[in-house]
Amino acid sequence: MKNRMKTSEKETPPLVRIRDLKTWFPVKRGLFSRTKDYVRAVDGITLAIYPGETVGLVGESGCGKTTLGRTLLGLESAHSGEMFFDGIALHAIRAKAMTPLRQRIQVIFQDPLSSLNSRMTIMDIVTEGLVRFKKISTSKADHARRLLDEVGLPPDAMHRFPHEFSGGQRQRINIARAISLRPEFIVCDEAVSALDVSVQAQVLNLLMTLQERHQLSYLFISHDLSVVSNIADRIAVMYLGRIVESGTTADIIGNPLHPYTKALISAVPVPGNNTGNNTGRRMRLQGEIPSASAPPAGCRFHPRCPEATAVCREKPPERTVTEGREIWCHLYGASDG
Amino acid sequence: MTEQKKQNPLLSVRNLTVQFETDDGLVTAADQVSFHLMKGENVGLVGESGCGKSVTALSIPRLIPSPPGRIAADEILFDGQDILSMTSKEMRQIRGRAVSMIFQEPSSALSPLHRIGRQMTEALLLHRKLPEKEAWQVAQQWLAKVGIADSPERMYAYPFQLSGGMQQRIMIAMALMLSPRLIIADEPTTALDVTTQAQVFDLIRDMKQDDTSMLLITHDMGVVWEMCERILVMYASQIVETGSRDAIFKNPKHPYTAGLLKAIPKLTTSRGKLKDIPGQVPSPFHYPEGCHFQARCPFAMKQCRESQPRFYECGPDHQAACFLLASES
Ligand SMILES: Nc1ncnc2c1ncn2[C@@H]1O[C@H](COP(=O)(O)OP(=O)(O)O)[C@@H](O)[C@H]1O
Ligand SMILES: Nc1ncnc2c1ncn2[C@@H]1O[C@H](COP(=O)(O)OP(=O)(O)O)[C@@H](O)[C@H]1O
Ligand code: SF4
Ligand SMILES: [Mg+2]
Ligand SMILES: [Mg+2]
Repeated sequence: MKNRMKTSEKETPPLVRIRDLKTWFPVKRGLFSRTKDYVRAVDGITLAIYPGETVGLVGESGCGKTTLGRTLLGLESAHSGEMFFDGIALHAIRAKAMTPLRQRIQVIFQDPLSSLNSRMTIMDIVTEGLVRFKKISTSKADHARRLLDEVGLPPDAMHRFPHEFSGGQRQRINIARAISLRPEFIVCDEAVSALDVSVQAQVLNLLMTLQERHQLSYLFISHDLSVVSNIADRIAVMYLGRIVESGTTADIIGNPLHPYTKALISAVPVPGNNTGNNTGRRMRLQGEIPSASAPPAGCRFHPRCPEATAVCREKPPERTVTEGREIWCHLYGASDG
Repeated sequence: MTEQKKQNPLLSVRNLTVQFETDDGLVTAADQVSFHLMKGENVGLVGESGCGKSVTALSIPRLIPSPPGRIAADEILFDGQDILSMTSKEMRQIRGRAVSMIFQEPSSALSPLHRIGRQMTEALLLHRKLPEKEAWQVAQQWLAKVGIADSPERMYAYPFQLSGGMQQRIMIAMALMLSPRLIIADEPTTALDVTTQAQVFDLIRDMKQDDTSMLLITHDMGVVWEMCERILVMYASQIVETGSRDAIFKNPKHPYTAGLLKAIPKLTTSRGKLKDIPGQVPSPFHYPEGCHFQARCPFAMKQCRESQPRFYECGPDHQAACFLLASES
């Protein structure tokens, strides 16, 4: 574990670097309106992911996590900003130049069934990428056997179809497919969110084992902070299209500074912790996450923030580095940014 | 809670078995399930998906569709009355007034075709026999109570015009405004973000009357810890352990309960492997002879494969069905 952590120190260049990335979706206002409105799903995100590390991306649903992941994968086009993978500018890349990168960047989604072709055998599913990139050295069955073994499935699974498996097994099949081309980077979008706890733990453990074995980097997207804290080396907390605080798991969970991070942590029911039931209340956020097409002015969190002051309603906070983490909040750093 | 209240159960279920006729044969979704709820008590029913929690809960107000479902029980007593021998009319009375349900999907309780105010008012007219004007007032007050801003205007909204969190609040208002004796909440916050979930549970806590009982179904152990005094743990159609919140969390006796508690990802400051339970919940078509947990249990013995363990006492008001306890007691 120790040497894995080392890689996230800044001597090594990041594998993934995102700078002021914006992904907006146009929305129609009225039928005849010419002015375009946008859902600002991702609205100015800066983030680095180092080789071999897991960055956890958390936040309430609708805050833009999936859109950020999809933009990185080239499934949505960015409105502006930069994305680099191993120094290659993804934001400016041509479709043809993207092809070799598709081997190096993979994805695992939440719903394993809908992302598996129901008419293909497991063997064909897990070796599809190898066939496409002409990487079959021995036989498809050989490759399938090795991949299934890596994810803890028996070899006879290869002749069966996705619907014959449970949710946890299907996610293992997805993982086998995702690692088949020996990628360096995998976006895991709510990859364990639909699984039962006992199986969720199995799949999280598998992801960690594979990461250590193959030096993988993960962007681990989840709405569940408890899950994220168990796999992430660093955590970025997102709110309405922006990151509000990011740092090591130890700093973010052990010593959260941003009021939103504090509220998220305080909302997690912790078994065995007597702050619950009958014994008083912890910090609660009021209201709901506002619409991403009309984000509040100033700090986007201000309408729900228990510590908001006048400046929060007027000016968006600048990035500040304090106590080992990056934070976007007027309570920290110079007030003039 | 006073001792007085403790003495008479509001609900008592004995040997409930629910089966479904399916294309692939008969499945047993709930198998000899027994439990009780005291007046004012909050009891959590936990377990992973497919274990029979919803089926158990829906049997109480007799909401299991039949066919394909079949309910059999030695008794389901609600406030001294035998649920299984009630007429449909008596049952409707119970469902409307005495027992309220809160589901994961607000759409299962709110009609998409009618405005919120009309839906709430109708329930009050029917079950509380209030004059129409007063019913409207009461409904509006409840909207305000569950934290819906602009409640007079929201009375005219259709469900689709409101966010999921707001619909959930309205469903809670509707469940609580008739002052039910029993609330059955089936994964009421599973679809919500933690921040909204916390708000919803605060609401239920604040709004629920002290002598109203609640059966809270969830797969989230953190939620039962916060909300419940007593816990029922279900695995593969059977209750495997029951006990006070503290007994279950601090001194779990069934290997499934212990495994589940260890497998829950807790908030942590450092990454690391979790203690998982190998294998998976068996399908109801493949429940084994003997203990249903045997294939995943680290302690399984010959006996476990041959017969089903009975319940053993492991403390005051704490029982578990596992052969490991046979030697202890
Ligand atoms: N294809 C799309 N067109 C329009 N709006 C979208 C699209 N995809 C996502 N959005 C909107 O972008 C915002 C962020 O969504 P998403 O990235 O899915 O959030 P998260 O994954 O954090 O739940 C939401 O308001 C969502 O409704
Ligand atoms: N209408 C039905 N027909 C057939 N099987 C059913 C029906 N309803 C539930 N079941 C089965 O009963 C079992 C228990 O389901 P359920 O009570 O919904 O589990 P839980 O709520 O614990 O997730 C499952 O195996 C499910 O497939
Ligand atoms: S009865 Fe046997 S198999 Fe079942 S939980 Fe106990 S030890 Fe394990
Ligand atoms: Mg998402
Ligand atoms: Mg259920």
